[in-house]
Amino acid sequence: MNAEVAAASVAEAAPEKKEFWRWQENTVWDENKDWRDAKIITCGIDVGSVSSQAVLVCDGELYGYNSMRTGNNSPDSAKNALQGIMDKIGMKLEDINYVVGTGYGRVNVPFAHKAITEIACHARGANYMGGNKVRTILDMGGQDCKAIHCDEKGKVTNFLMNDKCAAGTGRGMEVISDLMQIPIAELGPRSFDVDVEPEAVSSICVVFAKSEALGLLKAGYTKNKVIAAYCQAMAERVVSLLERIGVEEGFFITGGIAKNPGVVKRIERILGIKQVETKIDSQIAGALGAALFGYTLMQKQAKAA
Amino acid sequence: MITAGIDMGSRSVKVVLLEEIKVDGAPQLNYSVKKAHLMMPGDIDADQAAEKAFTEALAAAGVSRDQVKSVFATGAGRKQVEFATEGVTEMTAGARGAVYMYPQARTVVDVGAEEGRGIKTDSDGKAIDFAGNEKCAAGAGSFAEAMSRALQLSLKEFGEASLRSDKSIPMNAQCTVFAESEVVSLIHSSTPKEDIAKAVLDAVASRVCAMVRRVGIEGNVVLIGGMVHNPGFVQSLKTAMDVDQVLLPDLPEFVSALGCALIAAERQH
Repeated sequence: MNAEVAAASVAEAAPEKKEFWRWQENTVWDENKDWRDAKIITCGIDVGSVSSQAVLVCDGELYGYNSMRTGNNSPDSAKNALQGIMDKIGMKLEDINYVVGTGYGRVNVPFAHKAITEIACHARGANYMGGNKVRTILDMGGQDCKAIHCDEKGKVTNFLMNDKCAAGTGRGMEVISDLMQIPIAELGPRSFDVDVEPEAVSSICVVFAKSEALGLLKAGYTKNKVIAAYCQAMAERVVSLLERIGVEEGFFITGGIAKNPGVVKRIERILGIKQVETKIDSQIAGALGAALFGYTLMQKQAKAA
Repeated sequence: MITAGIDMGSRSVKVVLLEEIKVDGAPQLNYSVKKAHLMMPGDIDADQAAEKAFTEALAAAGVSRDQVKSVFATGAGRKQVEFATEGVTEMTAGARGAVYMYPQARTVVDVGAEEGRGIKTDSDGKAIDFAGNEKCAAGAGSFAEAMSRALQLSLKEFGEASLRSDKSIPMNAQCTVFAESEVVSLIHSSTPKEDIAKAVLDAVASRVCAMVRRVGIEGNVVLIGGMVHNPGFVQSLKTAMDVDQVLLPDLPEFVSALGCALIAAERQH
């Protein structure tokens, strides 16, 4: 589904069909720079199970990106993600020197020169976003959750992944947002608007969450308190994954859920450490890493020549 | 003497009234069941649902409340049945009810809305061992229900459609939430609905079978719980467990409530 179709379907949606889960798609670029001045332009495209990002890197520096929902096929999602930013800045595909695909649809990016796993790309992206002190990365993606260890260069030294269960992933959060009828971006802030911090919900499974949420509402919980109980459950779930690999200082969260303070702050609370701050959109870490790998490869080629 | 067993499941309440009569001095049991009262999300509270189902069961059987000697409850929500004098676990109740119906049964497979489990039982209907999963919907009725919704088939059509397929398409997703997307992509790739239905039911059966194998498959196998109504699932389960025959009670969702009422009656002696 391309952006126009998506926008049209939202416009036509009846109020009771409101898509609370729909998160903000966005296109951002550095308006103080002109990409035409760059010697080397590389692009990273992360086709994830739920979202796709295209990132442009000019001479090794982040220049701009586009983040949108993955459609029903990978090649189109990759194309739309890149087209979304290129159209806005007047760039053409031939202006880009090198394209790296990553994410679960990485082998289906038709114009990519290379495919690199998202584990490596997230580590590399996190190293750029949080600096070389980043050692432990938690990637909370649309349909999986990864704990990654890396060295000061952003090279992966170990990782663990859960892709078997929606609890603790973006998809799980989307289900909750629809269930509570609260737009997904509001879940985090609302989860702190409670009189007492509730216990985590007992059902790990997102499918059982429905009956549990209703039970809690009947027992007198406010919606915010139910959301808080979910954010806590999600935090506990990913912390158990993190603890299996060990958490070192220089902790950094990437992926869509990194934008939900309701989960992030609770993870920090359980671990007793603060994550490394960044001003860059956490959702682009994979695509950014891919574009940076592309830049490194271009430099190597230039040296060899 | 009349006793009652109430099975408070996650999605429905089942009530069984059991009457013990003396025939030529020897005790005999008759039982009547009351159609389960289904609870849907947004429905009345669990304790009210139990009260309502019990009242309806009494009216249907023409029995007054004070004629009931004792009420036992089982199921995930058994603590919410306020008028029950005692609670028994789903394993105890399921094994007891299944062996009462099929004295030769030694392995009881119970697949309900939100949980699947395997129970090993002795000849008295005592649960010796069990394995289940209450953390995840993948090996339970909810999984099948969600997928039939994605396929836009009624549960009945869904189970029957599966029987028309001889394909084995492995499902990659274990999680119900992810499997729903997988089903949608199978629909988009023009996979026939009956093949998708079979793929889904094979997946549930293989999860259930893994639990049953943890207690061991011995002797006659009886399947209880709502999934008995799904012939496609029954077929998939037979294949997964590699058994020729699975005993199927007529009123599968009432077996645990019956077991519960039987235990209540025994305690009276």
